[in-house]
Amino acid sequence: MSDTQSLPIANRRFSRLHINRRQRTVIVIALAAVFLLSLLVGAQFMDEAGLSTSLTERNLPPTLAHPFGTDWLGRDMLVRTVKGLSLSLVIGLFAAVPSVLIALVLALASGLGNKHLDAAITWLADLFLAVPHLVLIILIAFVFGGGTTGVIAGVTLTHWPTLTRLLRAEVLQLRSAEFVLVSLRFGRSRWWVATRHLLPHLKPQLLVGFILLFPHAILHEAAVTFLGFGLSPHRPAIGIILSESMRYLSAGSWWLAFFPGLALLIMVRTFDVLGDNLRLLIDPRSAQE
Amino acid sequence: MSATANTDKPLLEVSGLSVSFIQYAAGLRQRTFQAISNLNADIRPGEILAVVGASGSGKSILAHAILGILPGNALVSGSMSYAGQELTPKRQAALRGREIALIPQSVNFLDPLMRVGTQVRFSSPNGNGTAMQREIFTRYQLAAGTERLYPFQLSGGMARRVLVATAAASPARLIIADEPTPGLHPAIVKETLAHLRELSAAGRAVMFITHDINAALETADRIAVFYAGTTVETAPAGDFCGEGERLRHPYSKALWQALPQNDFRPVPGSQPSPADLLPGCLFAPRCRLSTLECASAEPALRSIRGGTVRCHHAA
Amino acid sequence: MALFLCGRVLRLLTLLVAVSLLSFLLLSLSPIDPVRAYVGADMLRVGPEQWANIAAYWGLDRPLHERFFRWGAAILRGDWGVSMIFRRPVLEIIGERAVASLALMLTAWIFSGIFGFALGVGAAMKQGTWIDRVIKWYCLTLASTPSFWFGLLMLLTFAVWLGWFPVGLGVPAGVLAHEVTLSDRLHHLLLPALTLGITGVAGVALHTRQKLIEVLQSDYVLFAKARGESDLQLLRRHGLRNIALPAITLQFASFSELFGGSVLAEQVFSYPGLGQTAVQAGLRGDVPLLLGVVIFSALFVFAGNLTAELLYRLIDPRLKLKERYL
Repeated sequence: MSDTQSLPIANRRFSRLHINRRQRTVIVIALAAVFLLSLLVGAQFMDEAGLSTSLTERNLPPTLAHPFGTDWLGRDMLVRTVKGLSLSLVIGLFAAVPSVLIALVLALASGLGNKHLDAAITWLADLFLAVPHLVLIILIAFVFGGGTTGVIAGVTLTHWPTLTRLLRAEVLQLRSAEFVLVSLRFGRSRWWVATRHLLPHLKPQLLVGFILLFPHAILHEAAVTFLGFGLSPHRPAIGIILSESMRYLSAGSWWLAFFPGLALLIMVRTFDVLGDNLRLLIDPRSAQE
Repeated sequence: MSATANTDKPLLEVSGLSVSFIQYAAGLRQRTFQAISNLNADIRPGEILAVVGASGSGKSILAHAILGILPGNALVSGSMSYAGQELTPKRQAALRGREIALIPQSVNFLDPLMRVGTQVRFSSPNGNGTAMQREIFTRYQLAAGTERLYPFQLSGGMARRVLVATAAASPARLIIADEPTPGLHPAIVKETLAHLRELSAAGRAVMFITHDINAALETADRIAVFYAGTTVETAPAGDFCGEGERLRHPYSKALWQALPQNDFRPVPGSQPSPADLLPGCLFAPRCRLSTLECASAEPALRSIRGGTVRCHHAA
Repeated sequence: MALFLCGRVLRLLTLLVAVSLLSFLLLSLSPIDPVRAYVGADMLRVGPEQWANIAAYWGLDRPLHERFFRWGAAILRGDWGVSMIFRRPVLEIIGERAVASLALMLTAWIFSGIFGFALGVGAAMKQGTWIDRVIKWYCLTLASTPSFWFGLLMLLTFAVWLGWFPVGLGVPAGVLAHEVTLSDRLHHLLLPALTLGITGVAGVALHTRQKLIEVLQSDYVLFAKARGESDLQLLRRHGLRNIALPAITLQFASFSELFGGSVLAEQVFSYPGLGQTAVQAGLRGDVPLLLGVVIFSALFVFAGNLTAELLYRLIDPRLKLKERYL
């Protein structure tokens, strides 16, 4: 009997741990969201003065006045970095929204349509995965004649296939669920089933998929801009900042590359953390470890 | 069924064993499952003890607890002793495979990418694995080429023999057969039970975990009736006879009467979920004899007529 | 087996034809005028008549479908057109650059495979401990790292500060091609290969960790544990056997990311490979060359995927024997 009495105590210890874990997940989500939002909003209110050229403050290593240093024109690198990140965020948003929409429509069509439609959509996804993403983005950006549109189109068109595969698997699983089968047997239209039954169940996956799409979109956007496609050199995109910095690296201006890249890394990682923690909250199976 | 075996000192003694698990539910809320609560059992050399209970009542967890191979989120309390000495996690690790062997449920417990002969040879702690494996395969009438097959190539009967062979090839004195006859052809079940009896005749203690009460009665010396994570009664196999009047616990009686050859009367209700166990006797909600006492106090283990029982009303 | 191969190859062909058709269509719709790209700086000296002649020379005055079929037939004959910026046959340029790129990718591929596998095994064996957490954190951070930025850091550290490596170019500048020694090439190859290899580690490591954890939680490992096998024995006897094939398969299936990464690494280190060629072709409107690289990259990715599937069929005894029995 004494042994069983020791159990509740052990349980209490673990249940406190458990609340911590749930709270920790929620706190991490909140912090990540606040960080990303403040980045986006902060960039709009940031002092434009930092971007003006200043001949007296050229090529300064990081100091208190300029934590990220200044570039060869005397522009403050912190301001440039924050502006660049917010630009990447916006482009990521413009690319992620249509990607998710394409993925959703194709996944629903694939799951609810007939076998041929499903095969065609799977083939189409394979087609877009047959060429390395970066090469495809270069191709698409080239076709659009460069510019922001080209980059957004390129990133959009390369990112839907993976999410489509994921959502399709989910739709196929839902499709064989009892309530869906019953609805179909009672003569409900596929459209009705898709909007009333499937969409509500797909929402969590959509949200997580949407957020996890950002890091990829942003990294690819930065990569193509770095290569010289897309955004004009006057927009302070991170890719452009980094590609310009290459010319000054051999002179030892390490801060030109180090801080903007690190900031990009932190932003991408924040999105990852946000997405993973959201998934943890929605799908606890992944938290069993 | 040797009467002398019962007078020996127990090889394995389990007392007050409880095992619970912590799991995450939606929204990362934590739940505790009480898989085994306050369980007692013992087994002697040369004896077959059948642990009988409904499927999914946590019988495998008992086997894993004895071997010390429960997953990390398990909380264990209570005490176990092997050959008179406390069975600590460290000792369990030392005894696994050498003193205590497991016969698993299915072929899924064999490495899918390794030839079965090699896997049986691992049972022998010293070098002469190959000779030992060949000898046992011959004894179990497994063709010479069987050792070169992969698990997925085995037929149901062959798989069963190979699984028993893994234990037979080991020097273990305690063998835990965890549901070794799930949904098998009657001929294969018979053969497997015969193999278990052979092992016990050689002086090994066999714990036979099963949901099949007929198979248990056919093989075992004693039967432990397992309900909602605990053994409600342990009785000599001979007590399962007539109307069940020699049995001590209402659940054992109900189980006995539910058999097709008896009244074929099912036990009403179902086992409580291990996630929300109530205090008191775990069988109380389904018991005809249930009183206020049963709902409040857990019945203590009592020895009656050569068996043990957990019931306030047993006499 | 043969049936499976035919199916895969057929699928490859449909995808390849579709990739070429799509790329060709897209490039034909591009607002960038290929003739202008060809003429380049000579624009003011080229009259409208010459302009039309150049267009006619490439068949640009013909309807789109006719141009595609002519181009497709030429590709099949091994005539991939002439690069506008290099003024040499596309296939020749690709052949040259592919050797450099493949050397770079192979080095990085082997490095990331071995290093990533070791990291993944280490993390899974110590699951839940600080070792696991550090490895997981490291891999997840690497996965979020822009590879070109990582390349810049490598360049900064090893080439600029320490001066151990050249700042760029596949071979030393100002040295004749046949005088370039193997060690010269290796010297220039190492830094981009290391960049590509290190950033490629994350995928294999996380996948291997996941697979090994699955194996360690499997029934057969539980049984092996019940038979007294130690952690190291479990890893040696059951772990490696069951995770090696998925890891190798994943490495082959990751050719797509490898190629993408090499484009960036080559750009950072001015390494004259296919990736850099693609960037130049894209930036300067060299349509035949860009098309050539796109098709080559599609072939490369397909080769990886096909190898991955074949490996699975040839090595896994479950699949191998099933094929034989069928």
